[in-house]
Amino acid sequence: MKPAVFSYARPKSWSDAVKLVASGARAGAGTQSLGPLLNLRLAQPDMIADLRHLPDYAGVVVSGGVLRIGAGTTHAAIEDGAVPGRTGEIMAGVARRIAYRPVRNRGTIGGSLAHADPAADWVAVLPALGGTAIALGLRGERRVPLAGFVTGIFETALASDELLRAVEVPTLPAGVRWGHWKFCRKVGEFSKVTACVLSVPGTAPRAVLAALDRPPLVIEDASALLDDTEAEAARIVSAFPELGEWRRAVAQTALRKAVAAVKQP
Amino acid sequence: MSRISISLTVNGERTEVETEPREHLADLLRGRLMLTGTHVGCEHGVCGACTVEIDGVPARSCITYAGSCDGASVRTIEGFGDDTVMAALREAFMQEHALQCGYCTPGMLVAARDIVLRLPEADEARVREELAGNLCRCTGYRGIVRAVLGVLAARRPRSGHV
Repeated sequence: MKPAVFSYARPKSWSDAVKLVASGARAGAGTQSLGPLLNLRLAQPDMIADLRHLPDYAGVVVSGGVLRIGAGTTHAAIEDGAVPGRTGEIMAGVARRIAYRPVRNRGTIGGSLAHADPAADWVAVLPALGGTAIALGLRGERRVPLAGFVTGIFETALASDELLRAVEVPTLPAGVRWGHWKFCRKVGEFSKVTACVLSVPGTAPRAVLAALDRPPLVIEDASALLDDTEAEAARIVSAFPELGEWRRAVAQTALRKAVAAVKQP
Repeated sequence: MSRISISLTVNGERTEVETEPREHLADLLRGRLMLTGTHVGCEHGVCGACTVEIDGVPARSCITYAGSCDGASVRTIEGFGDDTVMAALREAFMQEHALQCGYCTPGMLVAARDIVLRLPEADEARVREELAGNLCRCTGYRGIVRAVLGVLAARRPRSGHV
């Protein structure tokens, strides 16, 4: 239960951090996901580049209808209202149910997203909110839609020489409806199935089905799911025969519950 | 094997130590600073026995590496001697049989103190939710929940009858 030997670097600038990652270092933030993997020796990097001391690593900047959330913003900060408005309200509710408060105090939104555990929370919720990941590489910043950011189990659209610098999510209007349901047998454990539905007045509702041992399924136009929930939820989960019967049944329930929350008067 | 020098304030005392990058904070506290009140249980962030305060908020010392704590202020269970909330919790834990073997207790107390200070209006359901990150295999939690609820209630301004 002790990590294999690794070396440690503490870059002071983003360009130094990118150079370290490009040369093979593993980025470390709050280490609340990486730490367990290190202790269990499931991850054995040669070097960890500690991002915690980088400038503008944490914090939220609002400009022109967009909220730019620094990758190092902790789940606890988001739970406590660091993100303003209706978007912040939705995100605070999600953050409160990530793991446990002592974990949320150090774990970061960017770390969780870049780690890309399929059962984690932001990998499911951020694609539903819509928006963009800001990747930083040797050639500068690149924008990646959050809907396609996670590409596999522990795999993302980040190149091997890129870091996740921030995420940008829209400032949602007050009338937005949100449904989010995840199945955990114990408070704080990893989700077995997560469903999210976002309904912005005047646009097609978006849905995400996640935590299914695969990248999240993003449904850009989920109108059919809202119109004929039972049949559409059954159709969606039938695409995953590999999940087995109970998991498909819970997935169907998750979609139904998320839709019900959106439709609640 | 690379070593890094860090500066930590532990229970109010500033200390300079050398650490290996893979050394987690709990091992540093227990093995080299002899603060054995911090317990190591699962060592992957689930059981909560290693919970300490880092820069004023509770955190898992088993998945937080000492090297990343350079410049931080750490408070272990040994550092709460003159804290009135912790004193009330210790008393309540004794009264309510909130511990038996004591293995989870240091982490449980650090988490409980955070609940009392951060969520003064917490009811039983919320206390149980917030304590879900600290496992106890002896008590069945009833005594622990009663102890935390008792301290919360005693801190609320009395309403109604004089």
